[in-house]
Amino acid sequence: MDRLERLAQVFVELADTLVEEFDVVDLLQVLAERSVELLDADASGLMLADQRGDLQLMAFTMERARLLELFELQIREGPCRDAYTTGAAITNVELVDAQNRWPTFTPAARAAGFSTTHALPMRLRGNVIGVLNLFSERGQRLDDGDVAVGQAMADVATIGLLHERTLREQTAISEQLETALHSRVLIEQAKGVLAARAKISVDEAFNLMRLHARSNRITLTAVASAVIGGTVDLRAMTRS
Amino acid sequence: MASARAAEILARLSHGADVVPSLPQQLVLHCTAALSVTGVAIMLMTDAGPAGAVAASDGPAETMEELQFTLGEGPCIDCSHTGRPVLQPDLAHTGGARWPVFTDGAIDAGIRAIFAFPLRVGGIRLGVLDLYRDRPGALTAAHLAEALSFADAAVTVLVHLQAHAATGQDKTGLLRVIEDRAEVHQATGWVAEELGVSLAQALVMLRARAFASGQPIVDLARGVLTGTVRLGDVDDSENPSR
Repeated sequence: MDRLERLAQVFVELADTLVEEFDVVDLLQVLAERSVELLDADASGLMLADQRGDLQLMAFTMERARLLELFELQIREGPCRDAYTTGAAITNVELVDAQNRWPTFTPAARAAGFSTTHALPMRLRGNVIGVLNLFSERGQRLDDGDVAVGQAMADVATIGLLHERTLREQTAISEQLETALHSRVLIEQAKGVLAARAKISVDEAFNLMRLHARSNRITLTAVASAVIGGTVDLRAMTRS
Repeated sequence: MASARAAEILARLSHGADVVPSLPQQLVLHCTAALSVTGVAIMLMTDAGPAGAVAASDGPAETMEELQFTLGEGPCIDCSHTGRPVLQPDLAHTGGARWPVFTDGAIDAGIRAIFAFPLRVGGIRLGVLDLYRDRPGALTAAHLAEALSFADAAVTVLVHLQAHAATGQDKTGLLRVIEDRAEVHQATGWVAEELGVSLAQALVMLRARAFASGQPIVDLARGVLTGTVRLGDVDDSENPSR
């Protein structure tokens, strides 16, 4: 399959997550994973602004302590923070040159093995709700076409989120965002439960949960609840 | 969710309260003043469902909690069942269809808007923070942020209260905002499964161990996940689960 066909498929997949009562975490996880694949990056994370004005990590593609640390730092400083504040995309940052720009973030990102980073804002008509952050270990650069593809994916996800928000009462924004934050925590707890139960890594646990969600057409949040509640059979999960 | 504001609120509470059980009451009083609402209450949650108010400001807040608890309907009850916030800026217009009996009672008591926030850490359901106001209208962005920070503080207080009730431990150092880090949540799940305890108990154990050893909780969580740290040893025996 060539890239264009794959791209078309990804947009259908993104649109498909936007059904009624869709799960925000599902949508953001798909966006994070497909952006790594289509833009040939090594890792990505997606941060959403919560209603307290803080950036929160909502999805990520690699279970690695040093990567998670990078998002924690960006609550204060880094490409996510900047893209969120300015609403402008930040692309092809060579981390070797970024020491002055982000004195705390840059050494941490390099220590994590990354050499370039990009941050694409999730925005619609001046409304910035979050940032998609990509990392490459091999100094992979994005050309204009890549940036357009990445931004288009981020925009589709944003339209999905904001559409849902404006359709309902204004208060629905906060209800939806807060619920998504709680879902994220629930999913992390479920990864730990499943890892201990099946004696596998948290990475493998998350893969099992996603496979189970997809093959049964239920949300990640629902799978996480079932894992925690002990209402899903481990054998059924490892088979799917 | 660990906002700086929630940490500030907790710091003020621990100054004002001399004993742990008075923390929820302190919190609702601070919250009522900070948000200029008519009343604030905290409803406790158990596995069986809503378990009554643990704290309420004077006036209609207490009545509203009792009414919802008795009727088994209302924004707080919905919030506790679904784990989602329930924001009702205009109860007279939108409440009747959803909670017919409760809405009548609330209007009679002079309440026009209700905002209910779930007090939870993922799968740990602790309770609900309820804000009651005598005039309709949405919360401003600033007031919403403030309400969410009070909810974050309330979550910490309730976790602290559980630890206190179970073990009598009264370490104010534990009155810190719950660290919202992926590894901490993962380790919570891991410990719960491994030791056969609830998620809430697992989180309390992790926090107690981190506090006792002076180790950052994220480092401890990583140790648990990689098998280099085991909980449930003698050090943790003061905890309820064993």
